[in-house]
Amino acid sequence: MATIEARGLRKRYGATTALDGVDLTVEEGRIVGLIGPNGAGKTTALNAILGLTSCEGELKVLGRDPWRERDELMRDVCFIADVAVLPRWMKVSQALAYVAGVHPRFDRAKAEGFLARTSIPLGKKIGKLSKGMVAQVHLALVMSIDAKLLILDEPTLGLDILYRKQFYDSLLNDYFDGRRTIVVTTHQVEEIQHVITDLVFIRAGRIVLESPMDAFEARYAEVMARPEAAAEARALGPLHERQVFGRSIFLFDGKDRDRLEALGEVRTPSIADVFVAVMTEGNASARAAS
Amino acid sequence: MKGAFYWSVRRELWEHRAVWIAPLAVACFAILAFVFAMGVGHFVKSGNFSALPPAAQRQLMMVPLGMAASMVAITGWLVAVFYCLDALNTERRDRSILFWKSMPVSDLATVLSKAAIPIVAIPAVAYALAIATQAILLVIAGIGMGSNGADFATLYDRLPLGVMVVSFAYGVAVHALWYAPLFALMLLVSVLVRRPFLWIVVPAIAVQLLEKIAFGTNYSGAFIKYRLVGGMTEAFAPGAMQHPITQLSQLDPVRFVTSPGLWLGLLAAALFLYGAARVRRSKEPLS
Repeated sequence: MATIEARGLRKRYGATTALDGVDLTVEEGRIVGLIGPNGAGKTTALNAILGLTSCEGELKVLGRDPWRERDELMRDVCFIADVAVLPRWMKVSQALAYVAGVHPRFDRAKAEGFLARTSIPLGKKIGKLSKGMVAQVHLALVMSIDAKLLILDEPTLGLDILYRKQFYDSLLNDYFDGRRTIVVTTHQVEEIQHVITDLVFIRAGRIVLESPMDAFEARYAEVMARPEAAAEARALGPLHERQVFGRSIFLFDGKDRDRLEALGEVRTPSIADVFVAVMTEGNASARAAS
Repeated sequence: MKGAFYWSVRRELWEHRAVWIAPLAVACFAILAFVFAMGVGHFVKSGNFSALPPAAQRQLMMVPLGMAASMVAITGWLVAVFYCLDALNTERRDRSILFWKSMPVSDLATVLSKAAIPIVAIPAVAYALAIATQAILLVIAGIGMGSNGADFATLYDRLPLGVMVVSFAYGVAVHALWYAPLFALMLLVSVLVRRPFLWIVVPAIAVQLLEKIAFGTNYSGAFIKYRLVGGMTEAFAPGAMQHPITQLSQLDPVRFVTSPGLWLGLLAAALFLYGAARVRRSKEPLS
């Protein structure tokens, strides 16, 4: 059984279509990066998975219908839906007591252990902590819940680079054990490149790319072409071309490596590079069609 | 293990400390005022308490006791009103609804835990504080009069202390049950709209105005008045509320528990709370 199984998810808010037939399968033990521009439907997709919003189509999370069985599902699913949703009036110690009280899978000693590594005083109110500290508290709470699926929606938004790095480091070192599944959305694409195992691009409510990271690395190649090879590179039909210091950089999809090596220096592109190419390619073909 | 409901109620009490601080502050204020009255001799002007007839002695003491208890109870009621208008609204405004919803606590358990604050917790707190305040006032009166040489022991005999404790408990329970639909309606409105206060008050006034203009009648006004103050009329013997309660025969629990107004109200409360839970299910943070 896949952790998440979605078939033809559709969601409309008035005239705008947030999800336009999303098919998505996430297997157990994967760390999936869900990447898309603003308004692409990322949060709506996550809300549907979490049972926070109803939608058309077929959706099973851990074998349950999230909209109908949210209460049961939340025993096995955790989420951090953007930063700063912890109640500001609550003391850190109260947050620990509350989660320990309502969540059967919460290990309070573990959470206290995580917090002991930080400089956060348990008696302080959440509202008095810095943004980075609040994120640490939330992560400590969530990592101490023995859940099967963790959903992170822009978990590091507005945090400085030290906290951001720390956030993903603890997630990988202290939480991820190969059996849990994590789905994360972020605009800071570069910082999850080496964290995720699977990549999903979403655009205008549709999945436009779905690939494991190893296949992604084998599939895409970026060539900084020698000036005299530029025309030859262009003839190969690159996905995207950009200029850096007067030299053309081409992004290729599924071309033979040896052939590309002949054109210039070849390297694995960043997710961000492919993201830009895939998103603008759609626009270009849409313009061409109209 | 204590359940999600227990911890949901506790977290409400952590967040809304006014639930006990406001009535406590009023109780302290009542005690201070009474000490002041004793000190300047305003309470027993003549200083000759023993010379008063027994009924006057009783009346003299029952007025401050009754006032102190009522003030504490009314404060509790006001706190309950503001709590209900706010409870399901703030969690959406400060986005914390996303945290609460990430816990395995159902919408119904959340709504019921919030309803328990005005219907159970606040009345219980108000009752305990009011009785404690009355006890402290009696002790202060005893000390004050004793130092004036008055025989205060007779006052304790004159006062129907047992009846007061029981009838006040009854009054608090009557209010809690009678106002349950009002509190439940406020909770429902607080999850539905951005400005719950306006959405409660404006329709209540508009309906009366429209009825007055269109039909020249005021049934809606009578209905609102009944839901606001009708509970006491149903719960006490006719005319009993004009005097301090000194006898249990002034209470009429049989009429109260058999009044359709009570049961229709509780039915409405149940529907409103169920509705609030259903609406909260699909609500997202505001902004």
